[in-house]
Amino acid sequence: MDDELYRENLMDHYRHPRNHGTLEHPDCEAEGKNPLCGDEVEIDVAVADGRISEIRFSGNGCAVSQAATSMLTELVAGLPVGEAAALPSQAIIDELGIPLSAMRVKCAVLGLGTLKVALHRGAGTPLPAEWGADEDELVWG
Amino acid sequence: MTVTPNTSVDYDVTRIRADFPIFGRQVHGRDLAYLDSASTSQKPRAMLDAVTDFYSTSNANVHRGVYTLGIESTDAFEAARDAVAQLINAPSRREVIFTRNTTEALNLVAKTVGTERCGPGDVIVSTVLEHHANLVPWQVLAQQTGATLRFLDVDDQGNLQLDQLDAIAREGNVRIVAVTHQSNTLGVRPPVEALVRWARTQGALVVLDAAQTVPNRPVDVQALDVDFLAFSGHKTLAPTGIGVLWGREEVLAATQPFLTGGEMIRSVALDRTSWNTLPWKFEAGTPAYAEAVGLHAAIDYLQGVGLQAIDAHEHAITEYALGCLSEVPGLRVVGPPDAASRGGVVSFVLDDVHPHDIAEILDRHAVCVRAGHHCTQPLMQRLGHTATVRASFYLYTTTDEIDRLVVGLHDVRTVMGV
Repeated sequence: MDDELYRENLMDHYRHPRNHGTLEHPDCEAEGKNPLCGDEVEIDVAVADGRISEIRFSGNGCAVSQAATSMLTELVAGLPVGEAAALPSQAIIDELGIPLSAMRVKCAVLGLGTLKVALHRGAGTPLPAEWGADEDELVWG
Repeated sequence: MTVTPNTSVDYDVTRIRADFPIFGRQVHGRDLAYLDSASTSQKPRAMLDAVTDFYSTSNANVHRGVYTLGIESTDAFEAARDAVAQLINAPSRREVIFTRNTTEALNLVAKTVGTERCGPGDVIVSTVLEHHANLVPWQVLAQQTGATLRFLDVDDQGNLQLDQLDAIAREGNVRIVAVTHQSNTLGVRPPVEALVRWARTQGALVVLDAAQTVPNRPVDVQALDVDFLAFSGHKTLAPTGIGVLWGREEVLAATQPFLTGGEMIRSVALDRTSWNTLPWKFEAGTPAYAEAVGLHAAIDYLQGVGLQAIDAHEHAITEYALGCLSEVPGLRVVGPPDAASRGGVVSFVLDDVHPHDIAEILDRHAVCVRAGHHCTQPLMQRLGHTATVRASFYLYTTTDEIDRLVVGLHDVRTVMGV
């Protein structure tokens, strides 16, 4: 069968998530969930010299949400905090490299939205409105 | 597979399928295996033709025109009402109100009968099995009126528990009992008869959500002895945008209108308005009359096949599906494990693969299933799931479609590495 969606890279990240776990002393953290489908991620970030020095995530949900968050952690490790906080959704969608229906875009960007909550919370800046944070926590749907 | 479907030899599912144009299309190069009829049904050519013919030959607004088209249109709309009354054995056509769908029908009851009859000290009873459409209107009603809302629980297989009824009765005057005729998520059919008997001892009105049963088996409002019954056209081979609320005439007659304007009015002065008689009192604005014509054609089609025969076919398919699914490693049916007390809906989970991943991989096989909470979040929570995969069946479902679901599920296991 044409296995576009579950391409090897995505399944590799799903089965062997990178940077999985938690940090003992994170500088900022956040939790995001999509109650409509039950996807959940938690992200811990450590910052040194204005850059993301360490990042860990945990969670459960569909392959897209978990693999995308795993890819995200590799994408932003070492980036200046401001740059990571400004990362557009398209960056993670491109990273996944698979066609996504509108419904599954939410799965794909759950990790990114959660990371933004963590970084903005850490910096004391408000989350951009389009990310729709509710009570400092990202909840889609 | 181990189970041979016990479908009557007279039931020619191949011929029925040929009446549905959509089964002529392919998805990802394969024929459709449409297993999502609990969401919405596919449409027979006879219904599509009836709507097209109506628009092509008789279209005019109803209840207004004194010209030929307006008369034909009104006659067609009102004939659809008669067809519905006959389908559900309503004592009177005045009790058949056209709505947009089941949700609107249930909201109508909550926002008219409910607000007039509920207040502090009163109790509304529903169940954790309900679709949000038969839960949220009562939640809002309780918040607005100060009435108490109580939910009957289910066991781990989704069977409704009635042991709380006596305790609930002691909490106040039970005014409304709102229950589903069949769970859209689990397919389980709660003991409506027993609930109705109890409601009668309390002097409560019974509201039955029959969205999942009117499409596929004989439903008789007089035999059920309920006070309100709601269903949707689109799950019943008819177009979207048409639904039905049946209600007991004496209750409807004593209740103020829902929406105002249009055919629900008898006369208007600047300072007061008098209401039309039933059923039009509850039908504001131009109704979905062409969709009603479609519903009429759909009812004719269903009765041509026979609702008893459809029920038997669905039962056989459900038995077959439960047998096949039990052989898929790691698959767990959510809901009753046997076909005895359920309709043509099977929810399941597969190891810890997320239902959305399952549905997406099945789509590559052109197998259409629903994944998610099925608009029953409290039920999901009660059963300890965030989501399930749901396969649902109807008069056109074949054992071949079930076999393709099973092949697809084996592929899910391979792709997801479980």
